Amino acid sequence: MPSMLLKMSNKDEVHAMTPGRISYAATIAFALLSVPATAETIQVTIDKLVFAPTVVNAKIGDTIEWINKDALVHTATVRNGDWDVNIPANQRGQIQLKKAGAVDYYCKLHPNMTGRLVVAP
Amino acid sequence: MIARLSAGLAALCLLSAPALAQGAAKPTDPQIVHIAYTAGQLDIEAAKQALEKSKNKEVREFANDMVRDHTEVNKQALALVEKLKVKPEDNDTSRSLTKQAAAKRDELAKLNGTAFDKAYVANEVGYHKTVNGALETTLIPSASNAELKNLLQTGLKIFQGHQQHAEHVAKDVK
Repeated sequence: MPSMLLKMSNKDEVHAMTPGRISYAATIAFALLSVPATAETIQVTIDKLVFAPTVVNAKIGDTIEWINKDALVHTATVRNGDWDVNIPANQRGQIQLKKAGAVDYYCKLHPNMTGRLVVAP
Repeated sequence: MIARLSAGLAALCLLSAPALAQGAAKPTDPQIVHIAYTAGQLDIEAAKQALEKSKNKEVREFANDMVRDHTEVNKQALALVEKLKVKPEDNDTSRSLTKQAAAKRDELAKLNGTAFDKAYVANEVGYHKTVNGALETTLIPSASNAELKNLLQTGLKIFQGHQQHAEHVAKDVK
């Protein structure tokens, strides 16, 4: 495994040396940098049955990523029925926001866990 | 008026008497661990009965959730017991919980279909309510080890979640 990683980085270096590749790489880097300005991934941690932060301000196109630190399965289930994300124990779950407005969500398995997303257009 | 007042007082006394505390002495950590572990095991057994008998999708999913969550919590309890070198100690509360659960299991064994589903889910609501009450009023305040107290507090949050989940299923099973 370490030798493979080494090989890959060597290859990248060779490519980066050619002038054409440099501007290409720069374009890619620029594109990557500019992506977060339009759509972000916002992380919400689940720890001991608490969504943190409880309230998230986001906008359409953003992705919410729940990071489940509990050894229990949880869900992020929106009350209006639009989406229902299963989040296995010690794993992550995601949803991309497609509608503006404020929505409340909860865990179906432990309904005392609640959160809110405020989605701007 | 006086009669009414004293009746009210009596009701209050009944309510404030810790649901599971038998005898005046507060439980020790080895007893608390035993009670908490037993309560979890009994709910797993109840869920297994439901998985054998019920054909209702929501009830079966709930039962599976109970098996999974209580197994995990008890796994953590055992790990803590090992770490703290506490030897769980059987006690009257554990024995009485086990006895009540066995009686309930026999009662439920005679039911089938929706009648079983309703009775199982109703018992899950009541059982979690009782255990949560005991955790809040007796077990958590009596626990002297901080890590044990912590585990019980997280357990309480999980079981309060189960209670709400069971209440939700109970509405659907009607």
